[in-house]
Amino acid sequence: MFCPTCGVVLPSAAIDHFVRLDLARGYDVDLAELDRRYFAQQRQLHPDRFATKSATERAHSLAHATDLNRAYETLKDPLRRAVYLLELAGIDVTGETKTSADPTLLAEVMERREALDDAASPSEFAAVVDAAEADAERCRAGLASAFAAADWARAGALTLRYTYLARLLDEARARRGRPTSSPAFAAALK
Amino acid sequence: MVLLEIHEPGETPRPHEADDAAVGIDLGTTNSLVAYSHAGKPEVLRNIHGEGLVPSVVAYDRDGEVIVGYPARDRMLDAPDRVVSSIKRLMGRGLEDVKALAGTLPFAVEPGAQGMVRIRIGERALTPVEISAEILRALKKRAETGLEQPVTRAVITVPAYFDDAARTATRDAARLAGLQVLRLVNEPTAAALAYGLDKGSEGLYAIYDLGGGTFDVSILKLDKGVFQVLATGGHTALGGDDFDHLIAEQFLVERGETNPSIGTAKAALRAAREAKETLTAADAGRWIIDVAGRKSVHALGRAELEAMITPLIEETVAIARRVIEDARLAAADIKGVVLVGGSTRMPLVRRKVAALFGTEPLADIDPDEVVALGAALQAEALTGGSSTLLLDVTPLSLGLETMGGVVERVIERNTPIPVAHAQDFTTYQDGQNAMLIHVVQGEREMVDQCRSLAKFVLCDIPPLVAGAARIKVTFAIDADGILTVAAREETTGAEQRIEVKPSYGLAPEDMEAMLKAAMVHARADVELRLLTESRVEARRASLALRSALQADGDLLAPIERRTVENALAGIERAIGSADRDIIEGWIEKLDAETMFFAERRMDRGIRTALAGVAIDRLERNLETPARGEPAAE
Repeated sequence: MFCPTCGVVLPSAAIDHFVRLDLARGYDVDLAELDRRYFAQQRQLHPDRFATKSATERAHSLAHATDLNRAYETLKDPLRRAVYLLELAGIDVTGETKTSADPTLLAEVMERREALDDAASPSEFAAVVDAAEADAERCRAGLASAFAAADWARAGALTLRYTYLARLLDEARARRGRPTSSPAFAAALK
Repeated sequence: MVLLEIHEPGETPRPHEADDAAVGIDLGTTNSLVAYSHAGKPEVLRNIHGEGLVPSVVAYDRDGEVIVGYPARDRMLDAPDRVVSSIKRLMGRGLEDVKALAGTLPFAVEPGAQGMVRIRIGERALTPVEISAEILRALKKRAETGLEQPVTRAVITVPAYFDDAARTATRDAARLAGLQVLRLVNEPTAAALAYGLDKGSEGLYAIYDLGGGTFDVSILKLDKGVFQVLATGGHTALGGDDFDHLIAEQFLVERGETNPSIGTAKAALRAAREAKETLTAADAGRWIIDVAGRKSVHALGRAELEAMITPLIEETVAIARRVIEDARLAAADIKGVVLVGGSTRMPLVRRKVAALFGTEPLADIDPDEVVALGAALQAEALTGGSSTLLLDVTPLSLGLETMGGVVERVIERNTPIPVAHAQDFTTYQDGQNAMLIHVVQGEREMVDQCRSLAKFVLCDIPPLVAGAARIKVTFAIDADGILTVAAREETTGAEQRIEVKPSYGLAPEDMEAMLKAAMVHARADVELRLLTESRVEARRASLALRSALQADGDLLAPIERRTVENALAGIERAIGSADRDIIEGWIEKLDAETMFFAERRMDRGIRTALAGVAIDRLERNLETPARGEPAAE
């Protein structure tokens, strides 16, 4: 990343996210280790380190920091990580062609969404969220073994399922953070 | 022998660079400060009276002299038409934004060039950038006097919630004042820096920043000198000024004023501010308003004051909760809370914050000075080298307008910066050769509910079948939070790039209203989006069928042609419907009833394509283009 003779920062290379953060390619990522590698690299390459350097070096540093952030955000999130691993294997799960692939999955997602909408009490709401959360956890566990076994078909199916669950959980999170007319209800949701 | 000096291309040698100090500046709505840090010890630079605060007020004398700070504030009552305060509220904002504020600003605003506003001061018409530059000049001068050396570089803080245009305007003001901006740093992040280095803290921290006019809250992870912002949020029109107004209103009611004059209102406001400040320490007090030849006495207790402002404090607590959710954390995960801003001196604020996080907030650094101190530390880190690292995020989502006014989000809020994201878009009609790129900021689903940042036209798209062109739009946000957008047509290799800078500002109130509205309307938005998508799909289908009829209509017997035309008429009627199910139903019907036509067309197409085409070319055509990772610009 730096010129061995003069020490200036070199352009950011097009390398995969795992290589960039010096991690073994795979679904199991030690998040504490990911943080350490990310922080260590940003310490060297972040634009703040180049505030008083030449325009060229500043531009290179900006590219490095941007690529690092992208790699970090992708590998940190268990869903994006799965999508990325599939992408590296040449498989596009979330693309337009596959979204309506599984009608049973779609029906199930609709059902859960309705259950979330219809939740009459914080405990009902929490029950839907907990069930989705548990299901997401099963997806993660399944993905770990599918990727370890290079079972792309299963990894693809689980990733698609996980995508829907994550969307549902995001929506639930947004609602929990939303000010409601009843503070008691909001407090109970916490 | 003469030795040649060789330096980096594009870099000018600066022999005296070591003499140029880099300072930290808190450019506030009400007050500003400048601080300097040496050997990790930041200090606010004061005048000979020991005052650190410089009121963000600028007075333009009739003889052309410009006065900044306390002396300018003192003139506010005598010559209000020549004094400007709260200019920060206008940074990076266009005339449209300001119209909404009409009547609430303490000065006259008029249109200027490129949609910018100007403030009328006597015979001059000044931009907010120029006025802010005066405040920065005064701070620069104070620093140079205090440090006895030239000051040319600064770290300037901005609210975490500042949009792109306001950040750009702040940079421009610094340039006008002769300051090179080393970095724009978010205010809560700067405050964390001031605390973190003192205490060598590790873990998750919240910064609760309640100033005179704005509220910001950020969640940070501190780890061995790394300050990683996980999420940020706020309210751009909620602060101590609102408390003053509530108290003043009560005083005016007690005085029996139904239609107070400006002078009376200002006197009531002054008494209210005093009352608020006194009740921070005292349990109760009495205040006298002596104006318009009449004296009135007003008693107020702390409990009464707290009852008055509780709804506002509850609102900040609700925002803090949302930010905690955004960071995917629970309040109990937060190890410590840092208080910033003068309004956090109020005991009620401290109690509410302590109750939310279950921990006593940290407030041992003066909440008025903590931001400037953090900025000074960052200035030292940037110039002197340090192992401290700030990793910040973008406060609002960015997206593009797609067909039907639907927003396609390209960068989600709370994404670490610098960031570059690219997204592919395609054409909607056959032969379409231009595309409007419309950049919006906000959390809502539809374009007209978000704030428009910039618009430009990408031309010379090669005329292709609808959906074949690949237009890659890249959004890049640099470490200062400033946005650049580039668009490029990729299919033919013929590249076209346009870079835009947003031309006008995002009104902070709009930003707030948009975020709030996004929460309330999330569901209605999704439905509207689905309806719009169905309509777009229906239009696409009817257009495709029309052009198919034109090209291959001869494949149909008259009775078949009538079936197809009936389906076409049906879907064109359905587009106007507000019921998504009806539209979807017609799309399905159209698909089913025209299937035979599509098959016949395909047969004809294959026969034409195969006629006289070499095998290798055929194979090449069958290869599907690989979907590469969007390039980071």
